[in-house]
Amino acid sequence: MNIHEYQAKQLLAKHGVNVPSGDPCTTLADARSIADRLFGQGDELLVLKAQIHAGGRGKGTFKSGFQGGVHLCRSADEVEEKAKAMLGEVLVTKQTGEVGRQVNTLLIASAEKIISEFYLAVLLDRDTGKPVVMASTEGGMDIEEVAEKTPEKIVRVGVDPALGMMPYQARKIAVGLNVPANLIGATAKLVANVYNTFWETDASLVEINPLCLVEDGDGKQDICAVDAKISIDDNALYRHKDILAMRDLGEEAPLEIEASKFDLNYIKLDGSIACLVNGAGLAMATMDIIKHFGGSPANFLDVGGGASKEQVTAAFRIILSDPNVKGILVNIFGGIMQCDVIAQGIVAAARETQLAIPLVVRLEGNNVEIGKKILDESGLTIINGDTMADAAQKIVDAVETSA
Amino acid sequence: MAILVQEDTKVLVQGITGSFGGRHAKLSLDYGSQIVAGVTPGKGGQTFENQVPIFDTVGKAVSETGATASAIFVPPPFAADAILEAVDAGVDLVVCVTEGIPVKDMVRVRAAIDGSSSRLIGPNCPGIVTPGSGDGSSGGCRIGIAPGYIHKKGNIGVVSRSGTLTYEAVWQLTCRGVGQSTCVGIGGDPVNGTSHLDVIKLFTEDPETEGIIMIGEIGGSAEEEAAAWIKEHCKKPVVGFIAGTTAPPGRRMGHAGAIVSGGKGTAEAKIEAFRDAGILVADTPSVMAETLLKAM
Repeated sequence: MNIHEYQAKQLLAKHGVNVPSGDPCTTLADARSIADRLFGQGDELLVLKAQIHAGGRGKGTFKSGFQGGVHLCRSADEVEEKAKAMLGEVLVTKQTGEVGRQVNTLLIASAEKIISEFYLAVLLDRDTGKPVVMASTEGGMDIEEVAEKTPEKIVRVGVDPALGMMPYQARKIAVGLNVPANLIGATAKLVANVYNTFWETDASLVEINPLCLVEDGDGKQDICAVDAKISIDDNALYRHKDILAMRDLGEEAPLEIEASKFDLNYIKLDGSIACLVNGAGLAMATMDIIKHFGGSPANFLDVGGGASKEQVTAAFRIILSDPNVKGILVNIFGGIMQCDVIAQGIVAAARETQLAIPLVVRLEGNNVEIGKKILDESGLTIINGDTMADAAQKIVDAVETSA
Repeated sequence: MAILVQEDTKVLVQGITGSFGGRHAKLSLDYGSQIVAGVTPGKGGQTFENQVPIFDTVGKAVSETGATASAIFVPPPFAADAILEAVDAGVDLVVCVTEGIPVKDMVRVRAAIDGSSSRLIGPNCPGIVTPGSGDGSSGGCRIGIAPGYIHKKGNIGVVSRSGTLTYEAVWQLTCRGVGQSTCVGIGGDPVNGTSHLDVIKLFTEDPETEGIIMIGEIGGSAEEEAAAWIKEHCKKPVVGFIAGTTAPPGRRMGHAGAIVSGGKGTAEAKIEAFRDAGILVADTPSVMAETLLKAM
């Protein structure tokens, strides 16, 4: 699960990480009062940031034509004026796609005077099965790009989960970032606290980009997390009710939310051939084989190991709510499940949804002959696929013919 | 000799009184596997299906029955503990079927069992089958949730991260009259106990295994690691398939570990690594067995 920047900063601050002071708001009145308070505390410059689960906000454009999802403001009036142009509007960035995302929340925070920018992240190293901290002096840049072009600029430190991050490891990162000598201690402490945030919240990623060396009005320097992104391991949400409450359904595709209610694993894609499969690996392979025969998959859909009639019907309904779908391929390997039960589910779902587009079904496994007979005798136009290849070829052909 | 488990391997089931664990323990019994004990704390002294004794702890089950393998079916919040209990009891092979274990729990488990003599397979895996010589391959050792009857005793090793895709490969072989030595599902989680490479090494050493099907998917670099080793050390024919060519980057495709992140773990890179290692790549999942048989 992804959370917003302001929520990530709340979690970081709770673990002792220095973040710019500020607050989120959803109304103009709140924007005004946060701005009044921060200016009242002596801030001269505030930053207003659109809160959506996508990067590239600063360079994004609102559908209204208003430029940029991040703005610097010198007065409360200016904050209110910019907030008005952003709240409720749809922001399009390089990561959102053309659809964009509606901005419902803004983060208003002190705009730090930035001296230099770094990159800091904690994630899982799948090769070792342990957390790894990555840091680079190239802040604000895409870490993948840095890793490819200048790998020597990245400091990597693997952490033993039983020991946690040791002070020497945190210092190694601080020194690797070339922070001023008097800030090595503070930086090391921040790095350790970022690691602790990762570990204690069951995060799959904590990314601070940029981590900044900042300076206040008196010339005093400090280290501060100016932007933050956190993703939480879905499997662990059951033990983090506070974080689960941060879920923003507005950031998720409506069909995917609907699918999750029926324990269906659905991901919408851009193609025209929908698929309904049992098992994640087989579902991916089914998408691939559609592509191999010249079609394009409309979705990933895993109905799981023991799909019920209700789940199959819900799956059909979800698939059919995608207007791009021109045909359906059902691929079931009924190892433990009975193919006749699945066949009944398919027939019921096709009737209930008054299916009017080509449907190819490939069944294999327990009671497959009875299952095929049920499909044949249903009176519905269901095309039988004998193998995965045969089924994929048939649905691609059927969709082309009907187009 | 098959790998990891033989027809006479004694198996205990942790979570045997749950509906999922019970159902599959029964299927294993029907298949003819040696299910010798069940473990459910608080239900020690009872029996499962009037024949399998239930114990309160894995330690007791092992000392009373001599079980050397365990199948874990306990819910995700308790699975890490169940794995460690089995390892502590000295079980040689621990197969964890449970899906949805927090990654942090597996990070801790892996660090804790590092250096122990137990091998963990999974989690989030279909388990392991060494087919027997009876009807529908019965009489073999089935640990986990794979359908037994699709197998056939023979000489092909199958290793995969996915359940149904493994069944697909196995069924293609069986339909062509070709049997399997052992089929291992290593699971779809990002942190697991046994890698593709671990299993490939065992298949390479196993005189009974004459050819290998290795099924991978997007995410991580376990397939690349196995491919590099195969290039240098494995003389047996290997066919590979990678699922997820069409998966969008940054999305988890059902399995927690099936994700392309930051340009890493793509199907293209894995297929390239397979080709470079001399592994024959099945263009579609429909031709996994066919590709192997041609090579043999």
